[in-house]
Amino acid sequence: MMPVILWTDALIFLLIAVGLTSAWWIRQRPHLMLPWQRVAKSSVGMVSLLVLSLFVLVGLLDTLHYRVALPEKNNGQTVYSPEVLSAFDALASGLRSRTEKTYSAPLAAYLYAKESLETPDGKVLRDYPRLKFGGAHLGDPQHELVGDVVKWALMGALGGLLVGAVVITVILVSFRRKPESSDVKELRSRQGEDVVPLRRAGLRGWIPALAGMTSAGPLRALLIATLIIAALIGAVANLSTAYHVLGTDKVGQDVLYLSLKSIRTGLVIGTVTTLVMLPFALLFGIAAGYLRGWVDDAIQYVYTVLSSIPSVLLIAAAVLMMQVVIEMHGDWFQTSAARADVRLLALCMILGVTSWTGLCRLLRGETLKLREQEYIQAAQAFGVSSFRILTRHIVPNVMHIVLISVVMDFSALVLAEAVLSYVGVGVDPTTISFGTMINAARLEMGRDPMVWWALAAAFSFMLVLVLAANLFADAVRDAFDPRLNRTEGAK
Amino acid sequence: MIAYLLRRILYAIPILIGVNLLTFALFFVVNTPDDMARMQLGIKRVTPEAIAKWKQQHGYDKPLLFDARAEGASKLTDTIFFEKSASMFVFDFGYSDDGRNIAREIQTRMMPSLAIALPTFFVGLFIYITFALLMTLFRATALDIAGVALCVLLMSVSGLFYIIGGQFVASKLWHWVPISGYAGGMDSIKFVVLPILIGVIGSVGASSRWYRTIFLEEIGKDYVRTARAKGLSELRVLFRHVLKNAMIPILTGVVVVIPLLFMGSLLTESFFGIPGLGSYTIDAINAQDFGVVRAMVFLGSVLYIAGLILTDISYTIVDPRVRLQ
Amino acid sequence: MKWLFCLPLLLLLSACDGGLWNNPYPAADKGRPIYYSAFTERPKHLDPAQAYSENEYIFLAQIYQPPLQYHYLKRPYTLVPQATSAMPVVHYLDKDNRPLPDDAPAGQVAFSVYEIHLRPNLRYQPHPAFALDAQGKPEYQALTAKDLRNIYALNDFKHSGTREVSAADYVYQIKRLAHPDIHSPIAGLMAEYIVGLKDYAAMLQKAQKAHPAAFLNLHDYPLEGAQAVDEHTYRIKVYGKYPQFVYWLAMPFFAPMPVEADRFYAQDGMREKNLTLDWWPAGSGPYYLSENNPNQRMVLTKNPNFSGEFYPAEGEAGDREAGLLVDAGKPLPLIEQVVFSLDKETIPYWNKFLQGYYDASGISSDSFDQAVQVNVGGEANVTDEMNAQGITLSTSVATSTMYMGFNWLDPVVGGDSERARKLRRAIAIAIDFEEFISIFANGRGIAAQSPIPPGIFGYRDGEAGINRYVYDWVNGAPKRKTIEEARRFLAEAGYPNGLDEKTRQPLVIYLDTTATGVGNKSRLDWLRKQFDKLNLQLVVRSTDYNRFQDKIRKGDTQLFYFGWNADYPDPENFLFLLHGAQAKVGKGGENAANYSNPEYDRLFEQMKNMPNNTARQKIIDDMLEILRRDSPWLWGHHPKDYVLRHSWLYNSKPNKMANNNLKYLRIDAAQRDELRKQWNQPVLWPLWLGGFALAAFIWWFWRALRQREEAR
Repeated sequence: MMPVILWTDALIFLLIAVGLTSAWWIRQRPHLMLPWQRVAKSSVGMVSLLVLSLFVLVGLLDTLHYRVALPEKNNGQTVYSPEVLSAFDALASGLRSRTEKTYSAPLAAYLYAKESLETPDGKVLRDYPRLKFGGAHLGDPQHELVGDVVKWALMGALGGLLVGAVVITVILVSFRRKPESSDVKELRSRQGEDVVPLRRAGLRGWIPALAGMTSAGPLRALLIATLIIAALIGAVANLSTAYHVLGTDKVGQDVLYLSLKSIRTGLVIGTVTTLVMLPFALLFGIAAGYLRGWVDDAIQYVYTVLSSIPSVLLIAAAVLMMQVVIEMHGDWFQTSAARADVRLLALCMILGVTSWTGLCRLLRGETLKLREQEYIQAAQAFGVSSFRILTRHIVPNVMHIVLISVVMDFSALVLAEAVLSYVGVGVDPTTISFGTMINAARLEMGRDPMVWWALAAAFSFMLVLVLAANLFADAVRDAFDPRLNRTEGAK
Repeated sequence: MIAYLLRRILYAIPILIGVNLLTFALFFVVNTPDDMARMQLGIKRVTPEAIAKWKQQHGYDKPLLFDARAEGASKLTDTIFFEKSASMFVFDFGYSDDGRNIAREIQTRMMPSLAIALPTFFVGLFIYITFALLMTLFRATALDIAGVALCVLLMSVSGLFYIIGGQFVASKLWHWVPISGYAGGMDSIKFVVLPILIGVIGSVGASSRWYRTIFLEEIGKDYVRTARAKGLSELRVLFRHVLKNAMIPILTGVVVVIPLLFMGSLLTESFFGIPGLGSYTIDAINAQDFGVVRAMVFLGSVLYIAGLILTDISYTIVDPRVRLQ
Repeated sequence: MKWLFCLPLLLLLSACDGGLWNNPYPAADKGRPIYYSAFTERPKHLDPAQAYSENEYIFLAQIYQPPLQYHYLKRPYTLVPQATSAMPVVHYLDKDNRPLPDDAPAGQVAFSVYEIHLRPNLRYQPHPAFALDAQGKPEYQALTAKDLRNIYALNDFKHSGTREVSAADYVYQIKRLAHPDIHSPIAGLMAEYIVGLKDYAAMLQKAQKAHPAAFLNLHDYPLEGAQAVDEHTYRIKVYGKYPQFVYWLAMPFFAPMPVEADRFYAQDGMREKNLTLDWWPAGSGPYYLSENNPNQRMVLTKNPNFSGEFYPAEGEAGDREAGLLVDAGKPLPLIEQVVFSLDKETIPYWNKFLQGYYDASGISSDSFDQAVQVNVGGEANVTDEMNAQGITLSTSVATSTMYMGFNWLDPVVGGDSERARKLRRAIAIAIDFEEFISIFANGRGIAAQSPIPPGIFGYRDGEAGINRYVYDWVNGAPKRKTIEEARRFLAEAGYPNGLDEKTRQPLVIYLDTTATGVGNKSRLDWLRKQFDKLNLQLVVRSTDYNRFQDKIRKGDTQLFYFGWNADYPDPENFLFLLHGAQAKVGKGGENAANYSNPEYDRLFEQMKNMPNNTARQKIIDDMLEILRRDSPWLWGHHPKDYVLRHSWLYNSKPNKMANNNLKYLRIDAAQRDELRKQWNQPVLWPLWLGGFALAAFIWWFWRALRQREEAR
């Protein structure tokens, strides 16, 4: 086995490293911890974080790539299969390898199209053939199917619940409530202003999950959510060993597998794009705002030019260009996975180029405001170097804008991928992503009888991912800057 | 004011040159004029002579950016870039690669785009603001929370699903409207109803939430308290004062997109078969028609800059204290 | 919110004009015999000298009238006169222009002369180019910018005229193939055949350079290869013996073109308004283009000056029973108007067909395969639901082939070595095109045994026609050899279990394709599955069309996906795709695989000019044997065309060679209106429910508001 690190893998690892470092850094500083503690107080935020982290877990597993060593050796040298797999593929190897001939509905035991079958006595019949894997253990699917599915699902759910309960107990035992520091308390009481009318209106106890923000705190909501999710995962996992839970696609691949594989693509687009564009936005935005003069003019010129070109056109042109480059240097890539990966990376970069202008403008404005502040004027008067002012005063004071816009952009980028793939300038067609799934599924809607499950699967997975991201982003925004007036949705 | 406008317009010129240069570079890194000729000449039986002839006829037989063989200024002017860009600034878009007059095409395609974009915009604006005002009115009650939850849910759905689902339900299941297509005049109503509806619903989540934030911000200000203290009803406060004062932030976000409405919507138009500028752009990308792509990029940039200028002007109208200089 | 109330009102208003809510056509067209169809892409060219693709021929074949046409009903495809009074007569000449007997050997024949007699009284469509003023002078041949001010379409000219088609018009069009401003795709090919056409192009170029501003009247420049003899007769002289030439005479390239139209469009200011011959045809066919709005719809209307063609009185066996001869002898065309609407997306197109807004639907896209069931006997039929709608199906094997070519120049898969041959054979066995057809086309096609599709001379049915290198003949049907056999070939080729014997590296095959769009991913996934069977790695390099062409031209590919649509129903048109002299690399021909085999090339030259007889069949058999052994292509499949049509459409029979079949169709408009009404009643309960819910919400809301105000 040979580990393979694709470009996006490397960037994801970098991202994780950055994340961990800043988490550690923040932990050392109570004043920076404060807003995060506020996030932790929001049960909606915490539940969505739980959901998000499950997605991230799948994505991360799918990021650990490797190539299998082949049994034959060449002069003692190990030879590796050109196929790049991931830890997730290994975990879900059952899902990956159990392919049928063509479409089958979720939890079906028969194929979705009739075929000529030869009966033992030599006659040819036209009927729905049994699936090779889905419900293959059943003797008489017509009668046994429903009962069997319920049985497997219940068993799985029970198992899931059990595991969930164990996990919760372990966490609860090790979880100790630290006494709140006084400034946190003070802060909460200040926030209370916002909460009071809400309580006065009386929620009458409905929408308990939402109401959670006023009651016992996020712990209970988290517990409930963990149990529900654990049961769900258990049921699906158990069912998927015997059935195609979400059906199969045109060439018989399991839709559940495809949906899970799409998660990584979505996460990469949502996060790596940000990682790529952040340095530019930060550097240029602050430079323009702080230095002003010709630097400001030049940077403003660049971003006006970039933002005045309709972004789809810019992306299309750049993606086509990258495609040519990839095409001309086929020898750069050992495997098709590497090729597809570079295309994904290119897409991230281009999305980064088109999306940094917004953040850059915000940062410039904020920096312009900040540099007129008295303490910075004072620092300048004392002859503190510009670099020191920037790193000590300006950057920390615009970080909340960066953070908020990063979490807000995430969901927009995940959605953008689907649209771009529709236009034909999205990810490589061999990459499994929500966009390619929707694209293929769109045509299936026209079939009669309709093939709905691939679209439904892509829809639900995307909805859950984006919804969780949006809710979490809201929680972050509220915690960091309840007054921030961002021009979301004005595009 | 006039001086200010003049300066802004002058400032637009270098931006447009930059835009042109960027489009040009992006396009020709990918495509050679030979590729373009082949694209137009079709699949079967294409000879090198035919390609050379096509290039010569469409003016692509010159050097791209710099003509080393020419004399003096024509080193720069006798190139594809100069010849194809210079005329843009007087809005002469020339011919598309398949030989049609682009300006004429833009004229005829503008109407269908506007027939969808304008109603979507105004109906949308009306509904979003109404919805946001309602949420503000009932702020911090179950209604508000449910509204916000609905918004978040709606904005978490990919636009593609609205279109696919809308077409499926309204056209296929219920036979309400034709599934796609377009016709001029009054006939167009039945074709545009669904795209408009989907367009409005598609962004109701994000927009209403944004307006709600703006209104909430305004409502915390002192003048609102004063107004309430005077005994004005909540409704009146909201509509008379809050709405008026929230105009500036609303305008910042809204006015800039008005000129861009001309460009149409790429997705909606291609799904519903609306012959507007959006689908024109998509087709041009797919057909790699440089003439059209360049014209549309240029038009887009001009409209965007126009939007910026309009925004500035609208400030002075809403708030007489703002002065442009 | 108020606006939501208006929505149903608007819909009701639009429904008041008597039409159905979802009727995409103007209510006024109700009950008229109009044929409704769709086009997916705006045609690039409508100039018969330039157009060369299917989506352009849909229009052009109805508008222009080349001398010959294919018989609508007869199979195999037979040429019959269209504008001529009889089939053209061919005379052979030796190199000194002396006549030769008809049975002269091909070697002696230096020239063939085709003499073509036109039917009298062929007339052009109404067109402003022919319009005469009160003095009998052309009205619109000297237009100024002022005259053109309010003119954007051909219909904006007040007057129009017509005139009789003359033999000189046909000659004029042949000359246009060499016109310096026109990119005729067959100019190069025809220059090889039509005497003097090559020099003619050079001459015209010179003439144009001398007077760049002047209108280039081709009548002033004689061409040896095409001459009008009298009003109704003209002759075409071609080099050598070229029996396939008559097929070209059935294509719009050889339709008549009036010089008036050419001159009319050459006037200043016309091009700025998109008024060009490439956009507004001037033809003599059964229909003329009355509305040209490629962003929305194209309308063909019956040419009032058209006469003299009648519905055929005989067809192939079974046509009478199928009701295809009911209209025998009736003057054509049978339908007044044809409306083509732009429908790029397949799903709207398909749904409109099901709703009765398109009269027929080719189900070329694989997304519709569920409409068709293949029964036990392998015979296709429509599903029960569609049967209930009265939809019927007709099938025909398209005269085209979809194949995957190996690049003969590639060191791994290409070349004339036993190793490479075995490798190709192993792959050919492994890729199960029967499964491909059943998954992606639901049986709409047949796995190809050679490049020649059924219906073309040289194709053999049954055991004699199978590819013995890939199939065995078992129980009266071809059976693909087993995957074990493929593995054995692979091992013999030096790649046991997919690993290179020498390097022990897995063998990777690169596939080049333009498949980037919707729905192609599953095809690529499927292909990868096929290669997995041999433990070979398939790497797909999908690129845009230009890049793909570029690679093919440079021979920078290994395996690629390609297809070919026949120009004419002759085996030469398929076998030349593998002719060494036609290689893409270096020669710029159509042989994308760059296959070259001297023996094959020799046989090809021999077969090319022969009439269809047993000797020709023998040579073709030998050629196919060479091809099958060398296996430069994976033969892929010949797609079958299925046409679904509604019960109100009569006389529809798929004809892959002829595109001018609209004139034969008949529509029962009353029946159509009746059925459309049945199928498209709007479902109203969601509207009432929605309205009610909205009203309830507003009431509740109002109450809540009042309460709040009172509480304050």
